[in-house]
Amino acid sequence: MTDKASLICITCPMGCRLDVTVEGDKVVSVEGQACKRGLAYAQDEITDPRRVVTTTVRVVNGRHPLLPVYTERPFPKHQIFPLLQELRRVTVMAPVRAGQVILANALGTGINVLASRDMPLREEPCVS
Amino acid sequence: MDDPYDVIIVGGGVVGCFIARALSRYRVRVLLLERESDVCSGTSKANTAIVHAGYDAKPGTLKAALNVAGNRMYDQVCAELDVPFHRCGTYVVALTEEDLYTLDDLYHRGMQNGVSGMRIISGEEMRRVEPLVNPDARGALYAPTGGIVDPFLLTIAAAENAVLNGVHLRLETEVTDLIRQNGRIVGVSTNRGQIFGRFVINAAGLHADQLMAKAGVHGFTITPRKGEYYVFDREKSRVRTVLFPCPTPISKGILVTPTTHGNTLIGPNAVDIRDKEDVTVTPEGLEEVFAGAQRLVPTLERRDVIAVFAGLRASGSTGDFLIEAPAQAPGLINVAGIESPGLTAAPAIAEFVLDLLRECGLALLEKANYNPIRRSPPRFSELSHREKAALIAQDARYGRIVCRCETVTEGEIVAAIHAPVPARTYDALKRRTRLGAGRCQGGFDTPRVIHILARELGLPPTAITKKGPGSEFVVRKTKEWDGNEKV
Amino acid sequence: MLKTLSYDVVVIGGGPGGLAAAIAARERGAERVCIIERAEELGGILQQCIHNGFGLEVLGTDLPGPAYAQHFITRVYQAGVQTLLDTMVLEVTPQRVLYATNARDGILEIEAGAVVFSMGCRERTRGALAIPGTRPAGVYTAGTAQRLVNIEGYMPGRRFVILGSGDIGMIMARRLTLEGAQVERVLEIVPYLSGLKRNYVQCLQDFGIPLQLSHTVREIKGNKRVEAVVAVAVDERWQPIPGSEEVIPCDTLLLSVGLIPENELSRRLGIAMDPVTGGPIVDEGMGTSLSGFFAAGNVVHVYDLVDWVTMAGEVAGRSAAAYALGMAPASVYRLRVVAGDNVRYVVPHLFHPESLAQGPQQLQLRVREPIEEKVQVILEADGVEIWRKTERYVRPGEMVTVKLMPDLYDRLKPASTLTVSVRKPR
Repeated sequence: MTDKASLICITCPMGCRLDVTVEGDKVVSVEGQACKRGLAYAQDEITDPRRVVTTTVRVVNGRHPLLPVYTERPFPKHQIFPLLQELRRVTVMAPVRAGQVILANALGTGINVLASRDMPLREEPCVS
Repeated sequence: MDDPYDVIIVGGGVVGCFIARALSRYRVRVLLLERESDVCSGTSKANTAIVHAGYDAKPGTLKAALNVAGNRMYDQVCAELDVPFHRCGTYVVALTEEDLYTLDDLYHRGMQNGVSGMRIISGEEMRRVEPLVNPDARGALYAPTGGIVDPFLLTIAAAENAVLNGVHLRLETEVTDLIRQNGRIVGVSTNRGQIFGRFVINAAGLHADQLMAKAGVHGFTITPRKGEYYVFDREKSRVRTVLFPCPTPISKGILVTPTTHGNTLIGPNAVDIRDKEDVTVTPEGLEEVFAGAQRLVPTLERRDVIAVFAGLRASGSTGDFLIEAPAQAPGLINVAGIESPGLTAAPAIAEFVLDLLRECGLALLEKANYNPIRRSPPRFSELSHREKAALIAQDARYGRIVCRCETVTEGEIVAAIHAPVPARTYDALKRRTRLGAGRCQGGFDTPRVIHILARELGLPPTAITKKGPGSEFVVRKTKEWDGNEKV
Repeated sequence: MLKTLSYDVVVIGGGPGGLAAAIAARERGAERVCIIERAEELGGILQQCIHNGFGLEVLGTDLPGPAYAQHFITRVYQAGVQTLLDTMVLEVTPQRVLYATNARDGILEIEAGAVVFSMGCRERTRGALAIPGTRPAGVYTAGTAQRLVNIEGYMPGRRFVILGSGDIGMIMARRLTLEGAQVERVLEIVPYLSGLKRNYVQCLQDFGIPLQLSHTVREIKGNKRVEAVVAVAVDERWQPIPGSEEVIPCDTLLLSVGLIPENELSRRLGIAMDPVTGGPIVDEGMGTSLSGFFAAGNVVHVYDLVDWVTMAGEVAGRSAAAYALGMAPASVYRLRVVAGDNVRYVVPHLFHPESLAQGPQQLQLRVREPIEEKVQVILEADGVEIWRKTERYVRPGEMVTVKLMPDLYDRLKPASTLTVSVRKPR
């Protein structure tokens, strides 16, 4: 038994429309992709949809009160809200370096959550 | 319980604030009450900002007399209070043959009212003065005594000057009733308790009729008459002169005017409504205003608009100002129905009210230390480079630009927060500093201003408001959600 | 006394365009390069764009906004570029003297050999749209809300309606949802999406947030704080359809209704402007009509991808350095680049065919109307077709790039206009 699915590839800004033929949980054919990334995306989207998750965590003594973070790889879509809940409990100390691991092996997926930027220590504003 | 006041003024609009200032010259204890978080929060903050010459009002009315008298006081008042005022003259433009007759009528009315210097000019001369005017202009009534003022700064400056001369000011204090003892009005009930005073001045603007009704004075009613406006980007659609159309029976018509800050302002229309709080801008009203203004200046462009707003005129049932000490309620002075030209008349209304108080037996003895001078805090954008450098050397916060469209510094914001009439909300800061009044309308500065207000007032950011309690900017910290809360 | 400084190249604005311009100016040989930035750190708006999707074109990898910015900030400091942070430019003279202010130095008088404008853009506001109704708290541009949520750490509301399907609007819809807010709906006045399709998928569709095309906000309700908005369907001419009004209770209205290049400094200098883009008229080197002044990024026109902004910044930075060092090529003559059929605008506006000697050059354009089928992008020199390519579709929200190869030189040299059109194949 085969099913048809229509997807929009989110791998790059082009947003190709993918016409996917599925048998069970196997992708039989994909049409409409401008590059091979579309193929892989369609396969994943049907069997194991994932998204890069970006959010913030609290940071103490930083220039800003929050530090932006991201998953180093696309993260299982159905676990996005549990991941956010987990990250709400995280507080890091400034200074932080871009790429530093903020949460290792998040929810046991093997995927690390990284700092998106340097977060220097807060400097007191100069007041005369 | 405090000693009773000599005078309690209800309402911190331009009229109440000028009465407060006029009284602050004398040895009397004066309290000014305002229900909102700032003075200048009602009709005084949403109007055309014109200082009228005085040819509109019917001769013999209080409006006519106080308009012309108030107009004459403006140079001195604005010099004393350090407020932007330009006596740039105003023009009533005739577009049709019939309009030319109206100009004649206005001219003669102006003569009867004592307006000086008026002249009827040709269409050609009008176009020379204002090249953007409708090419069909056939003539205009030029009134050199007309002008433009910043109504926010004027009202706030009058209140500040009053406070510096000893007047007490209580904000967020709403009068709910009048207190009567032995037939006299002896004070007011408010949301913060009772306050006693020998005289109560009802300068409650749109609500003045309700307040006088509480004293048993009936028969005078106030209808809110809505007017809608557009403000244009300073760099665009810019006119040089104040242009009126020929008036209609209920309104001076939709005009096109520069503000003291160089933006073009158009409006208002005139729609009688019921709800005294309804400052909703309507699609129909906006259409009407734009079409009306385009009759005067056809080249106005919608894409140059930066803001729209509506204001309510307190239109009295007699068609004239009502300024009286009603026999039924000794101790009460009504100052009601102050619609246009109320802004122009305000300084003269204050003097008129003082005369009434004297007649009612209040002794007004001059203070030795009264100071009519109020200096505006520094306005960074108006200084030369050297003056700016000197100011920053004194206080580094003047070197930090918070609002980039209008070049407003942290120093100016902090000064306004701690001024004699303190700015405790975003809109209050906007009225004083022009913060967020430019083309980005606060997009860039709002987060920083919330931070500065919170720091200076010692409040959490969640308590900082746009215009008083209920208008908070932010609801919680981003990371405070526990994952369960549902809307 | 004013403190005085002197640089070869002064870059105004430390966002992606300015960062790239400064690095390129140093690489091109300018010794003294300075970025003036009004915020307390470099990176511009990227610092609040914490979502990913940046860098595929330029860095070959998909990064969050702050990570993309970090890459260039690190390179700026490595390159020995100087910075004036928390510093606002107040005035620029045609002789390239800048007056700037900050809390530490007071007023600075800065001489520049060349100036690069990279002030970015601002958001269109409620006032510019003249949305009827009241004026309560709770009406924000999407970018202001983004700053509050992602940098300041405060939520501007609990229950949102978003007007405009631009990328920032859709990205904020997801962001707010992830932080626990309710996003009731996204309304879009035109009959198609304004932003990228993939943002529709991963920001709206993933979270079940409804998008209503051909809808707008008719009225804002609430005196102190937003209490509801009235949504309405519109016809082809964007006029509300009576009877289609719907009251949507909410406490916040976010506006994602367009960006406007920030050109007050350029305008005051009398630099020639394009009324369509809202930015200066530029040539392929990002030079403006005023000698020694260059422009890069969203200050020229609003880009769809930051990667293009970086590339434009590199071009502007190289040109500015060459000018400051007295090595700018003598201007021979220029073609006028004209927007033809279904093209809203093309940048650059002016083109020196001689520049093809240095390698391929880029034209970038936006179409007026979407075409969801194969279309052709056609170049005509003085009305004669000289080149064409096929695109799978065109959408107003997505820029189209045309690479001019050096072999077109002979065809372009004798021409005075170069017209770019987008047409369906016959």
